[in-house]
Amino acid sequence: MASLELKQLVKEFGSGASMVRVIHGVDLQVNDGEFVVFVGPSGCGKSTLLRLICGLEDATSGDILLDNERVNDKRAADRGLAMVFQSYALYPHMTVYQNMAFGLENIGTPKAVIEKKVGDAAKLLRLDALLERKPTQLSGGQRQRVAIGRAIVREPKIFLFDEPLSNLDAELRVSMRSEITGLHRRLGATMIYVTHDQVEAMTMADKIVVLRAGKIEQVGSPLELYNRPANKFVAGFIGSPQMNFVPVHAGHGDTIVTAHNASFTKPTQTRPASGTELTLGVRPEHLSLQAADGALALPMTITGVEQLGGHSLLYGTLPGAGGKDGPRITAQVAGQVSTRIGDTATVYASADTCHLFSTADGETVVR
Amino acid sequence: MSPIKFLTRTRNGRSLDWTDWMSYAYLTVGLFLMFGPVLWLVASSFKTEAALTEFPPSLLPYGQKAVAVPGEEKPKPVYRVKLPDGTTKELPEVRRIGLVATHVDPAKPEEFIRVNVNDREPVREFRLATENYTDLAGKLKFGTYLWNSVFITVVATLLTLLFNSMAAFALSKYKFAGRKGVFLLILSTLMVPPAIVLVPNFLVISELGLLNSLWGVIWPAVATPTGVFLLRQYMLTIPDELLEAARMDHASEWKIYWRIVLPLAAPALAVLAIFSVMWRWNDFLWPLIVLSKNEHFTLQLALNAFQGDLVTQWNYLLAMTVITLLPVTIVFAFLQKYITQGIASAGVK
Amino acid sequence: MKSSTARTPWFFLTPNLVIFGVFTFLPIAINLYYAFTGGVQLYPKDRPFVGTENLATLLDCGSYLDPASCKKDIFWRAVWNTAQFSLFQVTVMVLFSLITALVLNRKIIGRGFWRGVYFYPVLLSPVVVALIWKWILQREGVLNAVGVAVGVPQTLWLAEPGWAMFWVIFVSIWAHMGFYTLILLAGLQAIPADLYEAAQMDRASPWRTLTRVTLPLLLPNLLVVLVLAAIKAVQTFDEVFVLTGGGPGSATTFVVQFIYQTGFQEQVRLYGLAAAGSLLLAVALIALTLLQLKISRAEEAGERAR
Ligand SMILES: Nc1ncnc2c1ncn2[C@@H]1O[C@H](COP(=O)(O)OP(=O)(O)OP(=O)(O)O)[C@@H](O)[C@H]1O
Ligand SMILES: [Mg+2]
Repeated sequence: MASLELKQLVKEFGSGASMVRVIHGVDLQVNDGEFVVFVGPSGCGKSTLLRLICGLEDATSGDILLDNERVNDKRAADRGLAMVFQSYALYPHMTVYQNMAFGLENIGTPKAVIEKKVGDAAKLLRLDALLERKPTQLSGGQRQRVAIGRAIVREPKIFLFDEPLSNLDAELRVSMRSEITGLHRRLGATMIYVTHDQVEAMTMADKIVVLRAGKIEQVGSPLELYNRPANKFVAGFIGSPQMNFVPVHAGHGDTIVTAHNASFTKPTQTRPASGTELTLGVRPEHLSLQAADGALALPMTITGVEQLGGHSLLYGTLPGAGGKDGPRITAQVAGQVSTRIGDTATVYASADTCHLFSTADGETVVR
Repeated sequence: MSPIKFLTRTRNGRSLDWTDWMSYAYLTVGLFLMFGPVLWLVASSFKTEAALTEFPPSLLPYGQKAVAVPGEEKPKPVYRVKLPDGTTKELPEVRRIGLVATHVDPAKPEEFIRVNVNDREPVREFRLATENYTDLAGKLKFGTYLWNSVFITVVATLLTLLFNSMAAFALSKYKFAGRKGVFLLILSTLMVPPAIVLVPNFLVISELGLLNSLWGVIWPAVATPTGVFLLRQYMLTIPDELLEAARMDHASEWKIYWRIVLPLAAPALAVLAIFSVMWRWNDFLWPLIVLSKNEHFTLQLALNAFQGDLVTQWNYLLAMTVITLLPVTIVFAFLQKYITQGIASAGVK
Repeated sequence: MKSSTARTPWFFLTPNLVIFGVFTFLPIAINLYYAFTGGVQLYPKDRPFVGTENLATLLDCGSYLDPASCKKDIFWRAVWNTAQFSLFQVTVMVLFSLITALVLNRKIIGRGFWRGVYFYPVLLSPVVVALIWKWILQREGVLNAVGVAVGVPQTLWLAEPGWAMFWVIFVSIWAHMGFYTLILLAGLQAIPADLYEAAQMDRASPWRTLTRVTLPLLLPNLLVVLVLAAIKAVQTFDEVFVLTGGGPGSATTFVVQFIYQTGFQEQVRLYGLAAAGSLLLAVALIALTLLQLKISRAEEAGERAR
């Protein structure tokens, strides 16, 4: 049971000319019992941040506070955290039992206690029948559970997971996902979970931390991030299929004008000056083939159709300047469609589902 | 499949062409040249001292037959004797003076038969002179030499495995200033053959009081650049995450080395162990310098000393040579694959 | 990681480094000192500094081609013996290693066995190797028996200078060629099979495949093997020492044996002279090593270009 706080955390690798800053002053608060997910594109520093927290890397500057105590100078083992590695990092020469018991043996836990703890964890994870096997004799999902079991027996203050499911096939991923959330509920422990799969992030997290290039872009609950992204990056990162972006500019009053001269009204608090370049964002699932009052009309030239039965995906382009193709649009519409490639179909976006971002810096102008 | 077809089949099922015949002929000659001398040594080591001096030598260990005679300590050589009555009989000789030899029939030991040495010829039989081996136990301090060789080989190999794996662990699993420098420094010792530092090493050994001590052979041998290199390359393939997991598991650095990395590096350790056994068992020049007292000789030194003796007792020398090459041969027979693979991959011997 | 663990790698390195320091690097330093001091004392303190006198003694020659004109004629005899030995041993051995590797690289049955046959002598100790052949070559040995049977007079093979050198080279090749065969075989097996298939499609004859595909691709390995073999050859000592003792006379005395005799066998042990001799040997070895580095560097560059 623990809370975690990061203050202006900075990490640099190398020194001199070859020095690279990977984490740029991160501030973060993780409350007791929370399930926090770090997401972000590959190479953005998710693993590095996790390794800083658990002490496998030393912070260049800034503070790491565990239960309000600064732990920067504590060794990884002494921070009382447990890590589940992406590759599981099971000791290949030890049995499942030995893998789970190793950490407890190292701190001189009595044998009987070890047996009890490992037995309990094994039962919890349905590993009881596999205790005498070596890791190579296990399936991917079983290995994953051993790795988690190894973390559980240590009763850590915080569980850290680094992309624990990325080596599993899609089906197993779904079932392990619910197993981990179930575990979180049962243990009530604080967990920090790294992934670049945004479905995992949306379905598991109490709180999502979106990272980009070593900086936090936004922190919030999954629906907060979906409904009120702080900027174009978060908006594009959360949600699948990805949000559509259409270049627009501010017209008179509250009107917004697209490149193909469609316009609609959207009140903005800041009301940018007429002519300001903006980016309109609208999620595919918010586009519809039915016209509605005050909705923005987007005439698409269809380039692809995917019929999924319950819903359909339409891919197309908007008319651009000078007869060239404009921005690409994806629309997810209910039911089945008769649209073919080459057709023109108009989809409608109601004003309240549209987001506006400043084209200059990507910040949200209004939702 | 007919036997001929079987023998002449090739890997890809074609029949043999002349280049294949040439290849097998070459290999067969090679087999004869490479194994022949060793087999000849082994065969000779089972000949009696007398048979060894025969010229031309017989291919197999044929020797003169000898039988026990009542009242005589040693078995006596048997001759086919032409008796005065014209018959021939195989009788052991008890003594010989000049041209007259005295024979006796073991069945009637009280009756002596004197014959001219021209009227008899030795009876030869196939006999393995195993006494060449069994006598060694008591002779020539053979046991001491064997023990010295075994002691040096075993202790030096264990220390080599320990020290080299420690260094390899540091060089493969830690990032620290000077890592590259240390690695190059260790590799550079590959270029310093023992012959170059013979004289000063003698001084160092005698200053350390290790002259005429088996440890004087062991200590300089236990840090090998080859071993460090071999193990480092292998340990680089062990994922760092395992070590990090162990660190999270409260394992000390020594425990990580001992419980995680060493067991996982077992294949590379096995290769190094094989090499080390070969090196130490076969060492010659360095022990020759350090060990000058007879009771500290290794098998190799003893062999060298005896072959230089004025009267070489070839029967014992040959037997001792066979015993000396035996361990290496056994190791080779069972571990050929690993040895050749290890050499091919590391390019060292 | 943590400052306490900054010392850890050095803890693990210490045993190795101490041993290398005491038994390799320290001796190198002492060796240099010995080479420039004289007398018969073992302790460096007791040895008078003589400058380059030892080197001068070794290098004092009327003509380097004629050992008899040298002050230390035995040294120059050893040098020329070593050169002659190395030249023949290396070329003949690498040639046979190459042939053997090529044969073993064919689709033959029982490759592992045949490879083992050629490799086995590599593992034998030099003393054993020497004794095996001494036994064969002796006056009443099996070679003479075969010789007599076909009409060659009984010969003391190791007592005639020419024959002694021949057998020393022969035995050395016998003992070591398996090692180089193995390295060349590894090189051959690294040549991708599709190249041979392409050559087959191009209707290249086996001979042309060998000379235009196999050998050019094997050339880097071949060069490395040549230099490696040369480095070993100039250090030859043990087998020869046991087989001939350097004789007859000094017909098979090599440089390392000269160092050993001067430093350890003579009544008057001239450590300085021995050290100077090893210094000269070291120069030759360094030259060969640099050659090897250069070759392998060129090889690496070639690999990247490929
Ligand atoms: N030891 C290191 N030395 C130098 N740079 C490093 C080191 N470790 C990581 N980096 C760099 O830091 C950046 C962040 O790496 P990190 O592993 O944290 O990414 P990630 O977000 O986990 O990516 P992924 O989703 O691919 O796992 C990368 O650009 C990486 O190249
Ligand atoms: Mg990562």
